[in-house]
Amino acid sequence: MANAQSRPLSPHLTIWRWGPHMVVSILHRATGIVLSFAGLGILAWWLFALSNGTDAYTDFAKAAGSPVGLIVLIGITWSFFQHLLSGIRHLVMDTGAGFELGINKTFAILTIVGSVLLTALMWFYLLGVRK
Amino acid sequence: MSLGDSSTPLGKVRGLGSAQQGGEHWITERVTSIALLLLGVWFVASMLLLPKLDQRTLVEWLHNPSAFIPMALLIVVGFRHALDGVKVTVDDYVHEPGTNFVVNTLLLFLAVAGGAIALFGLARIAFGVVA
Repeated sequence: MANAQSRPLSPHLTIWRWGPHMVVSILHRATGIVLSFAGLGILAWWLFALSNGTDAYTDFAKAAGSPVGLIVLIGITWSFFQHLLSGIRHLVMDTGAGFELGINKTFAILTIVGSVLLTALMWFYLLGVRK
Repeated sequence: MSLGDSSTPLGKVRGLGSAQQGGEHWITERVTSIALLLLGVWFVASMLLLPKLDQRTLVEWLHNPSAFIPMALLIVVGFRHALDGVKVTVDDYVHEPGTNFVVNTLLLFLAVAGGAIALFGLARIAFGVVA
């Protein structure tokens, strides 16, 4: 197996110039992991606390409303919108559409613009308008 | 090829090709993603439309089948989709079959436990055993 070392390797992250499609692809996985562990973990904690009497929910609400809690919740909200929009992009690409360079790049940028905008709007409403 | 290697060319490649499975996992990931598109938007919209997010409002809301049922579906489909998604990442980076099996099994237990806790909380709210 001496020639195994000299086989050409497929180019990896270090070779390519970064582009929006690469960022979005990696973000899809990263946000998916955030949602799987932090998102669903907090959902389970929230429902359990809600069902577990006033003290348990007060503890949850205190943690969620603290500065760190808010940063985590805003991060999860952004992860949700990014994963959702990027997921729609993947479903479109699964049909074989949207691979043209320009369209692909535009769609990738739009997922980021959309997720940031939706997160900002949602938390502006929750913290600024409804309170 | 070393002298000690007596396996035939066929023997060397056996088991290295397609696993003849995985299509179902791929399809399930897409189908659950479409379900979560609806359930996720429902959840975010609910958080925005509820007048307040205090315990009383939320418990009353989850008492209603129109909230209880989609929430139960969100938990079940959400944990399933998370498990399917995280498995893809594990399979990409954990190649050793024994370690891969251990990691994927631990994640399966974690997902089932998380889903069970969330469903228990939801059931306790919906069936009214709340102080």
